[in-house]
Amino acid sequence: MPNLGRSFIFKLLRHLKNYVGWLLLAFVLLFGQAMCELALPDYMSSLASEGVAVGDMGFVWRRGLQMLLISLGSVVCAVLVGLLAARIGSGVGRDLRSQVFNKVTSFSTPEFDRFSVSSLITRSTNDITQVQMFCTVLIRLVFYAPVMGVGGILRAAAKSSNMPGMVSTIAVSILIMLVLIGVLMAIVMPRFKRAQKLLDHLNLVARERLSGLMVIRAFNTEAHEEKRFDEANRNLTQNHLFVNRTISLMMPIMNLVMNGVSLVVVWIAAVSASNVADVGNMMAFMQYALQIIMSFMMISLVFVIMPRASVSAGRIAEIIDSPVEIQDPAHPQAVAANAPCTIQFDHVSFKYPGAEHDVLHDISFTARPGETTAIIGSTGCGKSTLISLIPRLYDATQGKVSINGIDVKDFSQHDLHDLISFVPQKGTLFSGTIASNIRYGNQEATDEQVRQFAQTAQATEFIEEKPEGYDSPVSQGGGNVSGGQKQRLSIARALAKQAPILIFDDSFSALDFKTDAVLRRALNTTYQDRTMLIVAQRVSTIMNAQQIIVLDDGEIVGCGPHRELLKNCQVYLEIARSQLSEEEIEHEQ
Amino acid sequence: MSNNTHRPPRGPLGGGPHARMTPGARPQDFKGTMAKTIRFLRSSLPAILIAFLLAIGGVVLTLNIPKVLGNATDEIMVGLMKQNVYDAIEEVCQASGISPSDYLTMADFLDAVPGGSQMIENIPPQYQDDLLGTSLQSRPGVDLEAVGQILLLLAGLILFSALLSYLQNFLMSGVAQKISYRLRDQINRKMNKLPLSFYDKTTHGEVLSLITNDVDTVSTTLNQSLTQMITAVTTLVGVLVMMLSISGWMTLVALVALPLSFFFISRIVRRSQKYFRAQQEYLGHVNGHIEEMYSGHTVVRLFNGEERSQQTFQQLNSKLYSSGWRSQFLSGLMQPVLGFVSNIGYVLVCVLGGYLTIRGSITIGNIQSFIQYVRRFNQPVTQSAQIMNTLQSTAAAAERVFRFLEAEEEPDTGKRALPEGGVKGDVTFEHVDFGYTPEKTIIHDFSTHVKDGQRIAIVGPTGAGKTTIVKLLMHFYELNSGRILLDGIDIADLPRHTVRGEIGMVLQDTWLFHGTIRDNIRYGRLDATDEEVEHAAQMACADHFIKTLPGSYDFELNEEASNVSHGQKQLLTIARAILADPTVLILDEATSSVDTRTEVLIQQAMNRLMQGRTSFIIAHRLSTIRDADRILVLNEGDIVEQGTHEELLAKGGFYANLYNSQFEPTDEAV
Repeated sequence: MPNLGRSFIFKLLRHLKNYVGWLLLAFVLLFGQAMCELALPDYMSSLASEGVAVGDMGFVWRRGLQMLLISLGSVVCAVLVGLLAARIGSGVGRDLRSQVFNKVTSFSTPEFDRFSVSSLITRSTNDITQVQMFCTVLIRLVFYAPVMGVGGILRAAAKSSNMPGMVSTIAVSILIMLVLIGVLMAIVMPRFKRAQKLLDHLNLVARERLSGLMVIRAFNTEAHEEKRFDEANRNLTQNHLFVNRTISLMMPIMNLVMNGVSLVVVWIAAVSASNVADVGNMMAFMQYALQIIMSFMMISLVFVIMPRASVSAGRIAEIIDSPVEIQDPAHPQAVAANAPCTIQFDHVSFKYPGAEHDVLHDISFTARPGETTAIIGSTGCGKSTLISLIPRLYDATQGKVSINGIDVKDFSQHDLHDLISFVPQKGTLFSGTIASNIRYGNQEATDEQVRQFAQTAQATEFIEEKPEGYDSPVSQGGGNVSGGQKQRLSIARALAKQAPILIFDDSFSALDFKTDAVLRRALNTTYQDRTMLIVAQRVSTIMNAQQIIVLDDGEIVGCGPHRELLKNCQVYLEIARSQLSEEEIEHEQ
Repeated sequence: MSNNTHRPPRGPLGGGPHARMTPGARPQDFKGTMAKTIRFLRSSLPAILIAFLLAIGGVVLTLNIPKVLGNATDEIMVGLMKQNVYDAIEEVCQASGISPSDYLTMADFLDAVPGGSQMIENIPPQYQDDLLGTSLQSRPGVDLEAVGQILLLLAGLILFSALLSYLQNFLMSGVAQKISYRLRDQINRKMNKLPLSFYDKTTHGEVLSLITNDVDTVSTTLNQSLTQMITAVTTLVGVLVMMLSISGWMTLVALVALPLSFFFISRIVRRSQKYFRAQQEYLGHVNGHIEEMYSGHTVVRLFNGEERSQQTFQQLNSKLYSSGWRSQFLSGLMQPVLGFVSNIGYVLVCVLGGYLTIRGSITIGNIQSFIQYVRRFNQPVTQSAQIMNTLQSTAAAAERVFRFLEAEEEPDTGKRALPEGGVKGDVTFEHVDFGYTPEKTIIHDFSTHVKDGQRIAIVGPTGAGKTTIVKLLMHFYELNSGRILLDGIDIADLPRHTVRGEIGMVLQDTWLFHGTIRDNIRYGRLDATDEEVEHAAQMACADHFIKTLPGSYDFELNEEASNVSHGQKQLLTIARAILADPTVLILDEATSSVDTRTEVLIQQAMNRLMQGRTSFIIAHRLSTIRDADRILVLNEGDIVEQGTHEELLAKGGFYANLYNSQFEPTDEAV
């Protein structure tokens, strides 16, 4: 995976190509900055050996002024590089984010199943931030450090031409440092990875504690829980301790190596220096040595962040490269606006990708305009999957779903969705106001219409109770609205769309019996010419439908009105028995 | 810089409207919290003190390194100067045909030769005495022995300071981990002692964040910032002393740069914080939009909202870009600008140092060490600004932790013991008044008597507060007034453990943990044998499905327990309750989310479980309701009616209305 990620990271860095001009400029500026920084010790060396050692104060002044100018040059370069790096980094972040968002928006439901919403969210947020940070670091370090390193070595070599062993001292010290860092990392990394797992475990134990507050107290198992937590806590602490103690070796070792280099440099100078100028050179050399070592440390830092960034890059690339399963046809069929729609399932089977068994098997039925077709069955029997084939949330694996005789795959998805008002199982709302959520179905709806739809959806009572009425704010994901209210609003939203097909995916479950009954009555009187499909769990919700389809384990085991099914469908009878009283069933029979 | 951005973004569940412990970067009571933290640290104080001493020792040693290195440089310098002068003398001698060894010292030669004193005129005066005393008997050079001795001392310093700094780190990581262990441990114990009403006001996210983020913040600060602070202060003082010991004037010049640094830091920080906040805000908007659109993807597609959503995103994204690069640029400005200021100091020091050396008051080695000190001086200054920030957020984290640890505990004052032979399960509510908050009483003067073995159905519309009765019976909450009696004993007079030991609970919101099926069932009675566990599973009709699972009873449930179906989970919790064998039972009937066959099993298992026990059933099924000995009808938390099915129907009140609405014919529309 990391290897894969590393190649992805370069792929993602292609986004840098929009910024080639800026990048080149940044590179030039970085080069300038490095040159300035490298020149300083040189000037200081000559200030010491050519000025101070021979008592030439005029020379000292001139050199001092030159040094100031050079450091001014360096800071100007650095600031400009910072500006460019910030703009390039943020730019890449912006471009990637927008590319990923647009791609995910174009995803169909199978892709969402494959990635899961939470994973898509982290990929579009945290992972992109990681890559963006990496970009900025890359610009600053990967260009700068090598220039500094190589420039430093060249200059250092020139400074020590008559003092053999200086350059190899630096080489050896870098080697020692890299080996030590490598060894430390090798020791710490496995524990580091374990740390995350142990923390997750502690979190899990704590989360279970919190979600089971009542159960734990009810069973008097507080002590048992404390022990579990303590175990997780102990393991985490011990692991952390080891990691921290090993990591804290790092700084002393760095200091040891850097100071050691200075020491060796002075010794070499003592043994081999032949004139006063060499002392100035030695002083310069010590500074070069530090700069070189620092730049190597910076480069190794890149390799430390690289794995994290490359994992993120890989996860982003997976989204960008993912094919979209459900596509529009090349030549979509035209749609007759607002004509009544007959929906026909013709020997439809459906299997989730990678699954062994069909979720739906050989389903055939027709839903007619002006009628209500209900679908009932136990959880997991495929009810929701069945209706999701109509708006092409999924495509049937076999057979054909058609509207007025035209295969749904022959419409453009945009046109197809215009035909359907859909109320999903989970009442999903968006941030905004109550009115803006209802208008999501039809942006042109007047205030009066919005109120009407809310009325039909039995939502007026709670909306008008709120001080701000239809302008009451709805927070993200509808967090400030109760489950039943969410469903009523999402019903109002679907009604606002006024499409010829109306589908309710188990949309009454969060409503109490009373609201459920009133709502259904309102729907039946207001929307008589629509093709209505209702998925339900309660028999009472659907017993008046013209056609009830009983699903069991993906197959139709009964189809007909309530009374008929009670007589000839065993599964339906079982469901009814578990929900209705004997008298009610007998009365119907 | 990025320290304060590490706190993970709080999801929609992070802080409810009741969030009392809203996390923030600033503590409300900095001093008080610090005092508490120090008190908490008491047992680790010796270790911390030793670590401080080690840190100070390490800094003092480290600070001597440049000075000693400077001495070595000077030693080399002097050696080379002698050599240079000797070479010059030799040249003069060769020209006049004499040997340098004819003179004892350089002073002798220079005095003897006309114009000799000019030869060393340019050499800074402080080296001149040394030169004059140099013997001319052999060619002088660098005194390797002296340099060697200095370097040996240096090596000792380097090694010893590294050792001290490691020891200090070692000790402090120990302290930090011990403290975080203890904090978590106290949170762990505290969690069980807090009343449930506490958790009504505090979200799970907040408590979890205490255990992970806040404790971590405190321990990281202990591990790093605390010693950093000590080393920063020691370094600052030490560097100042060392610099002053070299030259007062140079110190003054070097310090000129200091207020300049402060000036730039404060300007930059102020401007960048504005953009940083803007960036965080837009990042929040962008991420919020992403979260919302992804979770509502189906709705977006079905309502053809893709374009609208992309447009909104583009707008938010470009706003994020423009505040993002500004904030990044400004915060990145700090480093080069401070570098420049420090370079100004550096140059000034070089020039002044050069002047002073030529005048003879200091040496070249002094300049070299002074430069190194100046470089070290700036670091702790910038560090201390960061540390102050860290301390603020640490205090805020510690404050949240202590507030949790100091929260009022559930009193457990009941002392009475149950009669020998246990209780029968006779339950009486006597004029019970209750409300979750003192302002709002939801149960008004409720009285009822339930004889042992009776079944009570609790009904009401969604959200009517049907679990309230359960919570009161379990003594999870305190009554406002009135009493609940178990076999005539007020449950408030019994220890909570005793009450809960007599009452079993099977809630619809099944609680299973990550572990084996066996462990999950055994949770009902931790000392149950494997046979007892399996027997309970058989009684609960769960044995059959368990045996079809891979590993049978050792089948591991995953984190969300999503690898068994909802109905199966319910069977497991029933088995658990059977194992616990309580006198009084509270049951939450399954609603519709279970498939028909499992539903029948659950029904059977529940019936078996209820046999011979007083049972309170939160009922959804009509048959259960009608078979109950009494029905409690709830609406908006209050018990509005009670009686049998027939009585309540005849009364024509809320229950009758509820019952009719469920099965009301809607034929008129068909």
